[in-house]
Amino acid sequence: MLHLIMNDILGTPAILVGLFALIGLLLQKKGIADVVSGTLKTVMGFIILSAGATVLTGALDLFGQMFEHAFHIKGIIPNNEAIVALAQKTFGAETAMIMVFGMVVNIILARFTKFKFIFLTGHHTMFMACMLAAVLSASGIEGVTLVIIGSIILGALMVFMPALLQPYTRQITGSDDVAIGHFGSIGYFVSGTIGKYFGNKEKSTEEIKVPKSLGFLRDSSVALALTMALMFIVVACFTGPTFIEEKLSGGTNFIVFSLTQAITFAGGVFIVLAGVRMVIAEIVPAFKGIADKVVPNAKPALDCPIVFPFAPNAVIVGFLASFVAGVISMFLLPVFGLAVIVPGLVPHFFTGAAAGVFGNATGGRRGAILGSLANGLIISFLPALLLPVLGSLGFNGTTFGDADFGIVGILLGNLLKLF
Amino acid sequence: MKILVVCGNGLGSSFMMSLNVQKAMKELNIEGTCSHTDLASSKSEQADYYIGSPEIMDQLNDGKRKVISLVNMFSLDEIKKALTTHILEG
Repeated sequence: MLHLIMNDILGTPAILVGLFALIGLLLQKKGIADVVSGTLKTVMGFIILSAGATVLTGALDLFGQMFEHAFHIKGIIPNNEAIVALAQKTFGAETAMIMVFGMVVNIILARFTKFKFIFLTGHHTMFMACMLAAVLSASGIEGVTLVIIGSIILGALMVFMPALLQPYTRQITGSDDVAIGHFGSIGYFVSGTIGKYFGNKEKSTEEIKVPKSLGFLRDSSVALALTMALMFIVVACFTGPTFIEEKLSGGTNFIVFSLTQAITFAGGVFIVLAGVRMVIAEIVPAFKGIADKVVPNAKPALDCPIVFPFAPNAVIVGFLASFVAGVISMFLLPVFGLAVIVPGLVPHFFTGAAAGVFGNATGGRRGAILGSLANGLIISFLPALLLPVLGSLGFNGTTFGDADFGIVGILLGNLLKLF
Repeated sequence: MKILVVCGNGLGSSFMMSLNVQKAMKELNIEGTCSHTDLASSKSEQADYYIGSPEIMDQLNDGKRKVISLVNMFSLDEIKKALTTHILEG
């Protein structure tokens, strides 16, 4: 019986998150129909997520082989969805438990400290839980200890990262009612700080004319398919048709093959996103409902695009600056003996844009450009430095993209080496 | 009545916003459901109204869809005001 509970129920991530959703729905006193459909959807979401991982792994592996054949060095695609989906095979149960208990720690900290933030970006909570599980496990920690340490760190980050940004967030939104809950915080904080010291607040990005045509990049599946297609085709040209057509594609033309693989990868990420959406759909409202009851004056910490409408030009400027830094870094990384991080339009768009808005709020145009350049460097170098502490997970050709995953993982991984 | 909240990724912003839209619908006694999704999927999903930030709505607005743009996405007041003008009075 104990074996059934410990291994088959708590050890099957899909069932485990379903169980958490079930408890959440019961605590909210939902009707029987909502409880049944909510629980089933959460379980299904987790299974969809794993299915997406299967789709994108093949393309990721092929990209790795082509890149290595062409340049004799490893090329890594930073993509949170991909690495989290891949990690669920090994760390699924740990991720689910750290995620839920991390939320509990968040509520406790918000209740008893002056930082009243409730971190509502559910997918980032999940990604961070997964990263912590991977790093702790690579350092030889396991079981209950892993879940306890992971949850405490996660809960603390969910409160302190929004708190760190709040002085700058206030300048953007003009109010203290809402915070940013997104694990790209270090990039935004650096951008805001650079803007403060090196920028000029009087000259805002919002006075310049910026073409609206780049707006289609907000469509993340389009942006991802586009970057991957470009990267695949460029790399394929360096790899050469002989290797690809003889060894990988089974005779299909190398360009056509690269294009379909690129879009297969984007399609896989799209499936993973659909799964993640279903997993967090029931858990986050339960978390919010409980937090609202327990924490007086709770401030919601929300996803980074909520600041975009406050400075639409800074969004475009920030993205471009961050992406330029990403491309430059791609050439700098091998000089330092690090793995090459292929710059992605999605991470540079979302975090670069948010860094642009922060930089603009504290330092105008110059702040937005310099701040986002810094963000671009940060999200290129940190993912590369993170790889060694991820253990076996670091060998899949992908890694976590956003700044906080890098900084937390690197600090934690190296700290644990001391013991 | 079906309301679809849309953002670039269909994960964070649209999800938070849909929680507030649901709250506003209840307070204004608007019968119906509200779900959230990403921009690409929203183009093939039917809904009576689409809600999102101005940039996202610009890309969704083809003249046939009923779109509602919100600048301050997390303000319940702004959502209520928008729902009142577009749905209750529209």
